Amino acid sequence: MTSVPPESPEPPDAPDAPDAPDAPEQRPPDAPVPSEEPGRPIGRRVLLGTLGLGALGVLAAPTLQRGLEGFLGAAADKDPTGLTGLLPNGGGFRYYSVAASVPHKDATDYRLTVDGLVDRPATYTLADLRALPQTRMTRDVQCVTGWRVPGTPFEGVRLSRLLDAAKVRPTAKAVRFTCFDGAYTESLTLDQARRADVLVALRMQNKDLGHDHGGPVRLYVAPMYFYKSAKWLSGITVTDEVRPGYWEERGYDVDAWVGRSNGRSDDPTS
Amino acid sequence: MTLRADPAAPPGARTVRRFTRAERWVHRVTAALMGVCVVTAACLYIPQLAELVGRRELVVRVHECAGLALPVPVLLGLASRAFRADLRFLNRFGPHDRLWLRAALRRDQRPASRPAGKFNAGQKVYAAWIAGAALVMLGTGLMMWFTHLTPLMWRTSATFVHDWLALTIGIVLAGHIGMAIADPEARHGLRTGWVTSDWANSEHPLWRP
Repeated sequence: MTSVPPESPEPPDAPDAPDAPDAPEQRPPDAPVPSEEPGRPIGRRVLLGTLGLGALGVLAAPTLQRGLEGFLGAAADKDPTGLTGLLPNGGGFRYYSVAASVPHKDATDYRLTVDGLVDRPATYTLADLRALPQTRMTRDVQCVTGWRVPGTPFEGVRLSRLLDAAKVRPTAKAVRFTCFDGAYTESLTLDQARRADVLVALRMQNKDLGHDHGGPVRLYVAPMYFYKSAKWLSGITVTDEVRPGYWEERGYDVDAWVGRSNGRSDDPTS
Repeated sequence: MTLRADPAAPPGARTVRRFTRAERWVHRVTAALMGVCVVTAACLYIPQLAELVGRRELVVRVHECAGLALPVPVLLGLASRAFRADLRFLNRFGPHDRLWLRAALRRDQRPASRPAGKFNAGQKVYAAWIAGAALVMLGTGLMMWFTHLTPLMWRTSATFVHDWLALTIGIVLAGHIGMAIADPEARHGLRTGWVTSDWANSEHPLWRP
């Protein structure tokens, strides 16, 4: 009687176990000098470990970032060298310019024009703007890339005052801002532009606005991410529709409320 | 051991082959791309430089291209047998590497207490770490670049990792370059492919070229 055996549970004689990568290479036993032994694949583990730490860092970033901002913010207050400002999340402003170079303007050659769908277009000098009633606000500044500068005072003329003076026509829906860097643009709906916390700012942190911060005159839209607060403001044009500004054509939200846009959940600033 | 009279070496000095043309070009191009990444990063990040340079969009574009290209020389290098052998040497840590690292931690400078093969343990750790770090930079960089691929929330996290790791890489790279500056013979090896056998025997006694 013959029976066919069930399939053998064992593989038919594996010729060569390929599972010994750590085995030293064959060396003649009488090698005259010691040489490098192959050893264990630790390099690969270091590489994968670094990758793993990077992934972990992305997951833990919100927590880590909050902690570091608190710590570095406190350290920056006591740091006379200003070096902490160079660290990521070290507090303070970061300089972003989209143009190759930005001309310097001062009281002698600065002009702000208001035109578009208005009955009384106007051009303001720096002295004109300074002569108008000034509003002072102290709020946090929040950048869409994550940095936040707490309690920053801004002073300037309410945008609504300039719009009222220009007598906006009933067909108008929006306001477009242009800048003397020649490249940057921004826009707001007319309702947004008329908010009391939107300024044509002349001073920041109790100083006249310096060139680096968009001086002599910049927009300040307190409730929105800071890219809405166009630097080097030179033109206010009332339009019949919102035209996306510079960064908005590159993917950022037009209605940039802090904490309610751009997929972010920052605390509101205004 | 390959022996040859190297025209650049002092007369009479015996030289050994350390790197082939492929290995040297992988290092050279990687170093150049890394240099572009570092310089453009500085122009985006350090306020004084950002003010000086402006043109934010262009600088970002150059940074992105250099970053994307960074792994390419290594991938092309895989076609070279000598480069693949180097990767094997860099990956494998033998008992002598433990001795080397221990001596480095004790600041023991004597060559006798720092046994090394073709690459010493420090070079191996550096190579593995910088490769991993470059890939993390690539990943987080892509998350910041193609914002629509991942939730914007991730983008902030990626920025956080990218910023801090950039700072770390800057410091480690400075150390790497500093050590190269301190060892002209090692630089000569990467420039020409040849080193003196005296140097090889004292710095890499276990290396059998």
